[in-house]
Amino acid sequence: MGEVFWILVSAMVVNNFTLYYFLGLCPFMGVSARVETAVRMGMANIFVMTMASLCAWFLNTFILPHAPYLRLISFIVVIASFVQIVEMVIKKVSPKLFRQLGIYLPLITTNCAILGLALFQTNRGYGLIQGLSFAVGAGLGLTLALVLMASIRETGELSDVPSIAKGMALVLIIAGSLSLAFMGFAGLLSAT
Amino acid sequence: MTAPRLLITASPHLSEPDSTPKIMWHVVLSLLPVVGASIYFFGPSAVLVITAATAGALVTEWIFGTRGSLLDGSAMITGILLGLVLPAGIPLWMAFVGGVFGIGFGKLIFGGLGQNIFNPALLGRAFLQAAFPVAMTTWPVIRENWWQLRGDNLALPLMSPKEVDVLTEATPLGLMKFEQTGTDLWRLTLGATGGSLGETAGVLILLCGGYLAIRNYLNWRIPASIFLTVAVFSVLLHLIDAARYPDALFMLFSGGLMLGAVYMATDMVTSPVTNLGCWVFGFGIGFLVVVIRLWGGLAEGVMYAILLMNALVPFINRATQPRAFGAEQPKAKQTT
Repeated sequence: MGEVFWILVSAMVVNNFTLYYFLGLCPFMGVSARVETAVRMGMANIFVMTMASLCAWFLNTFILPHAPYLRLISFIVVIASFVQIVEMVIKKVSPKLFRQLGIYLPLITTNCAILGLALFQTNRGYGLIQGLSFAVGAGLGLTLALVLMASIRETGELSDVPSIAKGMALVLIIAGSLSLAFMGFAGLLSAT
Repeated sequence: MTAPRLLITASPHLSEPDSTPKIMWHVVLSLLPVVGASIYFFGPSAVLVITAATAGALVTEWIFGTRGSLLDGSAMITGILLGLVLPAGIPLWMAFVGGVFGIGFGKLIFGGLGQNIFNPALLGRAFLQAAFPVAMTTWPVIRENWWQLRGDNLALPLMSPKEVDVLTEATPLGLMKFEQTGTDLWRLTLGATGGSLGETAGVLILLCGGYLAIRNYLNWRIPASIFLTVAVFSVLLHLIDAARYPDALFMLFSGGLMLGAVYMATDMVTSPVTNLGCWVFGFGIGFLVVVIRLWGGLAEGVMYAILLMNALVPFINRATQPRAFGAEQPKAKQTT
């Protein structure tokens, strides 16, 4: 049980997907203008990552031992289509949840963080439970990064940013500064 | 005698003797004893490094800042503070680059004074730490010959530094972490240990900070809650396993905790607005410091702890926003 918890914390803070591995940068830059949307994007991320982890575990256990060369393509195809199916189900069963997740669900299915998650999970040989906690941790980490970025951007909205840095340039610089700050966690938990 | 000038403004008509430049220059003044201590311990190297870092900050502010912003003293503070958190043996051009980065990317790019998210001096140091990890973790000893440089300070930019015959020693925190040996408490409080230029003289920093706190130029709640959190956590951990975790006084007086808590965390721009927020902010810093020091891969975590909590400040401000007088509790949150 302890190990599962450490996997979650490690994926969330220490090896944060966005600020340490620089994966999933497009939603990080694109949908971080408002805290509310950032939170929703994070929720959708946690959901898709859990699904992806489940799919990857299934493929790794039952199918890929027979055809290892299909790994990359099968991950992409299976995860994307599975999330699409789940999306249709949600649309039918709970339109409210569907509206809240909105466009983000299909958007992040093809995100590099999702494929990265599946590949990390495979390389590290995680089982089902470990994989799921890894996925939830990674999703929470993405949410954390998104919310931090969004609250900083909201604060800076009225500030007197020089014209060369307006817009995406400032976002990139904030992202770099955040990543510098997250370097402090390097090596954390590695001793235990 | 000239006629009294009419001042036509909206209320409130309160005047306040404190202005931003006045507060900033007071902070600069209060830093002078700390600078003096660093010169006493590290000799001419301290003068050179602090001057280079300050020059980097001032030049950048002068070129890219708004008109007159050089005179408000904030760039001066950033430069001196950055110099104080660098090791004595660092090549001067690195200190200069740190000052340029701190002011340029830590402050001016956000729109100048009052609008930055991260503490500029700490951002400059974090950048240097990431870019030149070896130079940033070589700690020269306090040596007999005061006049001698403590390392290859005069190295040319982008050249590998000469192999100078310099004696180095680990910082107290490094000793604790990697060799499990403690340091004498008297040496810690008075500052005769290895470390960054200005972080060693703990008692002196407390005195200077006390002066600023009395004049209300820094919010005492931030350092108080940082010290309290670190002390409580380290007392508890020390009770659990005294061999593995150091005692509270060691944790308080080692490394950059004093300088960070008194001068860096209390930066008016990058700390929370409300008093409650300040307590939360200080608690977060103290907690992260303990976590990074005791379980992290690095020996010292004050800089990263403050930067991480800086990033959380907009969030803290949002959460601790006081209710307007007479207003009702907000009902369901409006969704956009």
